[in-house]
Amino acid sequence: MSTLFYISSIVAIASTIMVITRYHPVHALLYLAVSFLSVGMIFLSLGAPFVAALEIIVYAGAIIVLFIFVVMMLNLGQETAQQEKEWLKPKVWVVPSALVLVLLAEMLLLLFTGSQQVMQVSQVDPRKVALSLYGEYIIAVELIGFLLMAGIVGAAHIGKHRKPSLHRFLQNGDTEKEKAMPVREQEVISNEQTVLHD
Amino acid sequence: MNSLLAYIPALPLLGFIILSLFGRRSPKPVIAWVGAGTVCLAALITIAVGVAFMQSTPANGAYSQLLWSWFRVGALSVDINLRVDALTLVFIFIITFVGALIHIYSAFFMWHDRDMARFFASMNLFVCSMLLLVMADNLVLLYLGWEGVGLCSYLLIGFWYEVPSNSRAANKAFLITRIGDTALLIGLFLLFKELGTLNMNAIQQQAPQHFTTGSADIVLITVLLLVGGMGKSAQMPLQTWLPDAMAGPSPVSALIHAATMVTAGVYLIARMHGLFLLSPVTMAIVAIVGAVTLLVAGCSALAQTDIKRILAYSTISQIGYMFLALGVGAWSAAIFHFFTHAFFKALLFLAAGVVIEALHHEHNIFRMGGLRKRMPEVFITFLAGAAALSALPLVTAGFFSKDAILWYSWSSAGGTSVLWFMALVGAFITALYSTRLMLVVFWGEMRTPVHQQPDRGMVIPLIILAFFSITAGFIEWPHNMLHLSLFSDHVQQVLPATVMKRDLPSEWLFQAIATVITLTGVYIGYMLYYGKSGVRWQQSPPLAATRDFFFSGWKFDQLYNFLFVKPFLFLTRVNKSDVIDKLYNGIAQAGLRLNGWFSVSQNGSLRLYIVGVLAGILFIITLQLLL
Amino acid sequence: MTDSANMVLMVATVLFALGLVGVLTRKNVVFMLISVEVMLNAAGMAFIAAGSKWQQPDGQVMFLFILAMAAAEVSVGLALVLQIYHQHKTMDVEDLKELKD
Repeated sequence: MSTLFYISSIVAIASTIMVITRYHPVHALLYLAVSFLSVGMIFLSLGAPFVAALEIIVYAGAIIVLFIFVVMMLNLGQETAQQEKEWLKPKVWVVPSALVLVLLAEMLLLLFTGSQQVMQVSQVDPRKVALSLYGEYIIAVELIGFLLMAGIVGAAHIGKHRKPSLHRFLQNGDTEKEKAMPVREQEVISNEQTVLHD
Repeated sequence: MNSLLAYIPALPLLGFIILSLFGRRSPKPVIAWVGAGTVCLAALITIAVGVAFMQSTPANGAYSQLLWSWFRVGALSVDINLRVDALTLVFIFIITFVGALIHIYSAFFMWHDRDMARFFASMNLFVCSMLLLVMADNLVLLYLGWEGVGLCSYLLIGFWYEVPSNSRAANKAFLITRIGDTALLIGLFLLFKELGTLNMNAIQQQAPQHFTTGSADIVLITVLLLVGGMGKSAQMPLQTWLPDAMAGPSPVSALIHAATMVTAGVYLIARMHGLFLLSPVTMAIVAIVGAVTLLVAGCSALAQTDIKRILAYSTISQIGYMFLALGVGAWSAAIFHFFTHAFFKALLFLAAGVVIEALHHEHNIFRMGGLRKRMPEVFITFLAGAAALSALPLVTAGFFSKDAILWYSWSSAGGTSVLWFMALVGAFITALYSTRLMLVVFWGEMRTPVHQQPDRGMVIPLIILAFFSITAGFIEWPHNMLHLSLFSDHVQQVLPATVMKRDLPSEWLFQAIATVITLTGVYIGYMLYYGKSGVRWQQSPPLAATRDFFFSGWKFDQLYNFLFVKPFLFLTRVNKSDVIDKLYNGIAQAGLRLNGWFSVSQNGSLRLYIVGVLAGILFIITLQLLL
Repeated sequence: MTDSANMVLMVATVLFALGLVGVLTRKNVVFMLISVEVMLNAAGMAFIAAGSKWQQPDGQVMFLFILAMAAAEVSVGLALVLQIYHQHKTMDVEDLKELKD
């Protein structure tokens, strides 16, 4: 178990480093999938098999797929990778990385100043989780249901592909466009109303 | 009887509300009936209350009616509680009765004015305020009436506001009385701090236990109350507003500046006699203020040429007499003089209004003259008023009241020979300027033609007032003549009797001196002003400087201008850009500057925002590590 | 078992830091969203570790909530990315500065 944990930890960290350094989005996403899978392994080693399965299904399955769809729709290909290469200059990443390093150091310091308790990894079976989830956390589950609903509706609304730009947060600034499309405001309002009725 | 009390101030208030809401569209008869009618009804109720009071004095010596509780804050509870005792009864009788006559007169006097409704609304509100002032059973309600009176006098002095000088006069009256009002208010605060109550009865009862006679607290409180009274009653040194206040219509002068409002100070001091008795120093100050005022104002009245200003100065002078009487402890004499003065001064002002109206708004007495034959009713009534003012012996009301004051200014415990002498000189001057006024206006040749005769409705109030100017004194005779003291018996239910000195000379002697002095004044006035001699005397150069000095009211306006207005203007000129403002402008500018700095961080760069969040987290964790 | 809780938390911390570096250094919006997912994942991991340590299901419940929240966030975020790309023809966050003062 311990060995499994260490190996998957190393894989997770390494693949995550790869995620944030890739230029091509698809490469990054593939490494991200690896990272998620290894995190799933860590969960398994911690005695949480249900969550490990969910990690793989939802993160490595659904979310990665979503990303890949977007990459496909936007047709982010070789030229994007080229541009990423131009953007990712040392002068861009050195200072933030140094700051984060400081943060990391401080957090680790905090961790090690705490008591060094030996952890007993014991299996928390899905049954217990389910009882807890639909027992004391039922309100939170419902709230999360609302959140997901809002996410779906919001995504459907925002992602609606229409030629004239529509969200009012984004329409400021390009006034010449606005003059060209005098009816846009009304459309936005009607859209918002439909959302409310949904 | 108790339940009727509320109607006395409520009726004029009702008139005010009706007139101010609907007055603009009402026809003039309606305005006149509402305006005068409400006050007349109030007068009738007052008389009914008075009759009942006389027949059987109520328990505790007062009727009272609790209307509702005004407010309660901690220990202070203030009720709208009307209380009518013997002293208040005198005042409400004068206010409503003389007020009703003046209102009737006004209905004819103001008939052609386009703002008649506004006039009557203000007059009604004034009567209501004054009634509240005198009927209040606590000082807070009194102060409400006090301020209401001030407001109404402002409105009425500036009634013809299109003329800038009238507005200025109104402002002046308001500002100067405000000095007194502020002092009064501070006095009330101190009183509340000391006694924890503002109920008048409670104050009268608790004061002797709480204060030692002549202690600093009581002196301060009474002096502050006195300053309040001086402001409203136009006593030295706050007297300068009253002569200018003659800018209002004549009935206003009669109602406000003669019969009622200016006596508010007298009422206050009489009502608070319990406090003033504890402070002999203040009593002395009251007496001195009264004596000095009556002399100064009397001299000023001598030199005036405007008929209403003469009367205004004489009002100040007569109220000086009342203050003198209050100061020497002759409480009932002061109130008696108020009682008689109200009749004859209202009469004089109303008659002056008729004269002014008849002569195309001519105010200068030296352009009048010869009116004796042309306006006989006015002449006779004016003669009665002037006789009462100059206190012609035995036949006028003024004699009885003023003689009592003269007598007490010597004989009472607080009286001295100096005060008596000053009052005597004042009596001489009063007789002199009354005679001058009569002779110049009604005798001699006619300089301005009479263009209209007064309405019957204006003459009848004059006749009634003239009747009372002559007869009102007969209810109280000097002790040595007749044992008739209805008035002082009545008033002394509330006010203490005057403490007398021992071993006094005979009162006859004083009466003889006063009579001689008055008659001498009349005679000298006759010598100086009858026929052509008046004009000659006026033009003699050595007296011109003195005359100018008196004419300008002893240059008090110039003095105040020099003492207060000039330095204030100087300060404002120096501080034109307002030093204090700089502070606030600085705060605003600092805010703007900070906004400028911080809005640099609001640059829309998402990554910088995240760096900001990161920096915050770092800061917090560092703090946790270090501490 | 000699794995201390600190060991797991350390891994979670490192993953979190890496995600943060990604958010801070990348200018492409898609990469930033990917890095945010990494950070959320790391946070979830810390919860799982805590749940295992105390042998309570609450840690896993929290992870489920984080998971759901991440899913919702990603769907809305990616829809925004699409709109941004359609309207601005760029993925560079440095160009999206219209909220500036």
